[in-house]
Amino acid sequence: MSELRIEARQLCKNYGSLVAVDQLSFEVGTGEVLGFLGPNGAGKSTTMKMLTGFLAPSSGTALINGHDIVTDSLAARRCIGYLPEGAPSYGEMTVRAFLEFVARARGFAGKRALNAAGAAIERLNLQGVVEQPIETLSKGFKRRVGLAQSIIHDPQVLILDEPTDGLDPNQKHEVRHLIRDMAEEKIIVISTHLLEEVHAVCNRAMIIADGRLLVDDTPAGLIARSRYHDAVTLVVEQPERVASVLSELPQARKVELREGELTVFPAPGQRLFEVVSDTVRENRWAVAELRLEAGRLDEVFRQITRGEVS
Amino acid sequence: MSNFTSPVSNVLRRELAGYFATPVAWVFIVIFLVMAAAFTFYIGAFYDRGIADLDPFFTFHPWLYLFLVPAMAMRLWAEERRSGTIELLLTLPVTLWQAVLGKFLAAWLFVGLALLLTFPVWLTVNYLGDPDNGVIAAGYIGSWLMAGGFLAIGCCMSAVTRNQVVAFILSVVVCFGFLVSGLPMVMDLFSSWAPQPLLDAIAEFSFLAHFSTISRGVIDLRDLVYFALVMVVWLLANTMVLEMKKAD
Repeated sequence: MSELRIEARQLCKNYGSLVAVDQLSFEVGTGEVLGFLGPNGAGKSTTMKMLTGFLAPSSGTALINGHDIVTDSLAARRCIGYLPEGAPSYGEMTVRAFLEFVARARGFAGKRALNAAGAAIERLNLQGVVEQPIETLSKGFKRRVGLAQSIIHDPQVLILDEPTDGLDPNQKHEVRHLIRDMAEEKIIVISTHLLEEVHAVCNRAMIIADGRLLVDDTPAGLIARSRYHDAVTLVVEQPERVASVLSELPQARKVELREGELTVFPAPGQRLFEVVSDTVRENRWAVAELRLEAGRLDEVFRQITRGEVS
Repeated sequence: MSNFTSPVSNVLRRELAGYFATPVAWVFIVIFLVMAAAFTFYIGAFYDRGIADLDPFFTFHPWLYLFLVPAMAMRLWAEERRSGTIELLLTLPVTLWQAVLGKFLAAWLFVGLALLLTFPVWLTVNYLGDPDNGVIAAGYIGSWLMAGGFLAIGCCMSAVTRNQVVAFILSVVVCFGFLVSGLPMVMDLFSSWAPQPLLDAIAEFSFLAHFSTISRGVIDLRDLVYFALVMVVWLLANTMVLEMKKAD
């Protein structure tokens, strides 16, 4: 069996003079859960619409398991399960009728269509609402119907546009759990503007802004780009005095005091935590809190997408 | 089923079921039947004529279709665009042409059903007299073909915009143009400057002329080909419009 792959080759999409996606090239392989991150209007959805065959690229192309999305669109679409943004569905249909329609469109005939729909209903826990018209369901259920529709043919490639947008925390947790469950044998591409989501489900993240790929890294790698990475934050009494002592440490590059929190940044290649905690003990400072910072994803995101340094 | 027809019939079945899941089907059928009857018996003076045929019935079909068919067609693509389901539909392994055809056929079958439900008129005329049922059958076929022509125009206009009211108005206007293109009010626009062959061609476009020959009981191959061509051309236009505008 050949390795599953998505291969985007210099994908471009222009709307008149507006460049929505600009020379996007990347590869994704089995087992990867790729998160498209970016501000609104960055080109995430447009890229997904091109990968799924909804929009034709202005130039460039992509291969889904070797099927070209431009010249062999139907074969490419057969490999893909897609949840469009907002999880649209035919509101007047019942959940069961809708899923059976999608199953038949996916090539299941007769009894097999019913079975495929039934399996998807079970997987998404929709048993309680199968006979209800979709328009009468809550947002969370609608999203689950959309997800059920996307996995009905057990696709090798799953493309989900903002799968948890507008869901409550429990529903978000459920959807993420489902995505992680399926990740091993598939390629999953999700788009999101939620940084926590990348952290929760993705093992690779691409930051896109103005249609261009800015960063392609693991979530951990992204966090490590934060200036807070490996910094130490304390909450102490008399922070000014403590700050002046800590800034004398050879391992510290800089000390910042913000809203009662004192953050010590390490000099390049230095580990701070042990040194700081030793210093605290020696001076018998009253410390309410002492923690090692992993990094701040939101700060990295801002820095990359706006070239801003906080 | 083959690889081509099974997606078409899948889309067709979904659409048809959709009509009956919403008030669209019932409103359309009831209004169509009531208006058809009212036109036939009052304006058409069905009884007073004393002739056992369905001429007064079929005469008003073009004018009924002029408003009812665009009203039915306006949501076909505009609604898919508004709700975003077009993205779902067209990323399934279904070609654009299959989707267009499935939607059109569903609507056309539905209009056919409404037409069949006018059978009490046929029963009445057979009860009252001894009509030529061959002519009546031809009238039904002609009426259904003409409805198909209106519907194909309506489908295409529905793809032009996501606003259903705009789609409705556009298709009424275009349908009206096709309906009356043989009549003086259109011909006078062209007759002063257009060459005779063009005038003849425009007159040939008239739905009314082709429909009236069929409904007189003359099923001429040219009339059948005409309506078939109208449908195919407008559905192809529908496909192209969607291809160009599906992202908007």
